[in-house]
Amino acid sequence: MPSLGADMDEGTLLEWLVGPGDLVHKGDPVAVVETAKSTIEVECFETGTLTELLVAPGTTVPVGTPLALIGPTAEKAEERRPVRHVPKKGKPTAPAKPAAPPETAPVPVPPVPSAARQRAHIEAGPLVRHFAEQSGVALETLHGSGPGGRVTRADVQEAAAARAAPGPPRVRATPLARRLAAELGVDLTTVRGTGKESAVRAADVRRAAPGPAAPASPAPATPVRPSVARPSAARPSEDRAAAMRQAIAGLMSRANRDIPHYYLSTTVDMAAAMNWLHEHNRQSPVGERLLPVALLIKAAALAAREVPELNGFWTDDHFSAGEGVHLGVAVSLRGGGLVAPAMRHADTLALPQLMAALKDLVTRARTGRLRGSEVSDATITVTNLGEQGVETVFGVIYPPQVALVGFGRVVDRPCAVDGLLGVRPVVTATLSADHRATDGAVGARYLTAVARLLQNPEQL
Amino acid sequence: MNRTDALDMVRESISRVIPDADIAALGLDDAFRDVLEMDSLDFLSFVEVLSELSGVRIEDEDTPRLTSLAASADFLVARAVT
Repeated sequence: MPSLGADMDEGTLLEWLVGPGDLVHKGDPVAVVETAKSTIEVECFETGTLTELLVAPGTTVPVGTPLALIGPTAEKAEERRPVRHVPKKGKPTAPAKPAAPPETAPVPVPPVPSAARQRAHIEAGPLVRHFAEQSGVALETLHGSGPGGRVTRADVQEAAAARAAPGPPRVRATPLARRLAAELGVDLTTVRGTGKESAVRAADVRRAAPGPAAPASPAPATPVRPSVARPSAARPSEDRAAAMRQAIAGLMSRANRDIPHYYLSTTVDMAAAMNWLHEHNRQSPVGERLLPVALLIKAAALAAREVPELNGFWTDDHFSAGEGVHLGVAVSLRGGGLVAPAMRHADTLALPQLMAALKDLVTRARTGRLRGSEVSDATITVTNLGEQGVETVFGVIYPPQVALVGFGRVVDRPCAVDGLLGVRPVVTATLSADHRATDGAVGARYLTAVARLLQNPEQL
Repeated sequence: MNRTDALDMVRESISRVIPDADIAALGLDDAFRDVLEMDSLDFLSFVEVLSELSGVRIEDEDTPRLTSLAASADFLVARAVT
């Protein structure tokens, strides 16, 4: 059981995404784990053959408990991720199922990979994979146009563009229903909703799921595995809210007790940034518009690269710099509470990519589908309380990080500009930093960099 | 576009962005952004959907007018005519 954040002591294994005999690769999602704060897809940190599952679904175990055994792979190490996406177990859509009758299987569009394609061998180079990850494109949904069906950069680009374009009208559905639909391979547009305003509910999706609810017969090609049902009732939401409060309370108490914070603040002139933003948005389709927060996040990430002393962790009485800038973004949840998943390599994302990544991250944070690496890897965090109308926020650092950047609302204020009084949009940027790791001068350098970067929005 | 159509589009757009929202309980003059706790990402999605449904291009500068169901519908009607 990996530690998915400093506030996690234990986790409940909800579901295995792989079974004994499967080849697993470092970075593959292998299990779904529920923590006090969210449901997270845990990625494998080894490559090899899974030999044994040690923890049954529904079991809560402390951090550090072995979940499964992975043996050295018998096959060639060069073999390229043949089971990148293993079919989920115990689902009615097991691969053995013959093609469903037409009236129940009108599934036309790529977002729901067919069982066959899920199992397909996906050929793509590491750079293309990285690019796909950045663009938020799932490789397994692509048809490779390269030699031997290899997925090329152009394929990813095309898919990313298609994704950015206004899609078909979004079906009204509850978040749980959406997730279930994706898991069961149900096309939401074909489901009749019985919820409020005809919203599709989880029960509707279950009814519409192709195939028998009975355990599917195993495919000849796949090893037979015991059918593992996901515990039907996840934690009730009240318990969940209480658990979330507890987790936040524990972590923040520790942060305030252990970290000698120092606080800096500066007012940033946003005239250039806002003008650039309005111009960009005027020329862009609505789906590609940017919000001011995208510029603020990018500036915060670039400044973290410039001032690496603030980008990393304080552990065992010393600072270790983060590898890359993985910017934690504080996301408030609708039921109350907060998660701060990481936007990986935020400093390398172009603004449209960053905006797409932000939408994706916020959506998944709220529907409970974050990856393990996203909840544990942040090297510095940004909180943007401008949404709530406040101008200044001095945050509490997420241990073991050493800095937290805060942005308030962009507001029009009288300012001295070239010796005259003018009205300009401004934002208050703040920094809470760990005095064990850095001194005020370093923090000042950081905020100055943020302010400077925001004066040249076209270079962000 | 008449005002009833416009109101329907506004309601539809909100409920697509926040599927669990109780649209029926939302008053015509309620500030829905506050009532439903929409953040700027939600609001941007709302503008996206509304623009798509109505065929009316909604600029950044227009968005401060989209405060309530009534105000949004009035905006759509006025913009669709001109």
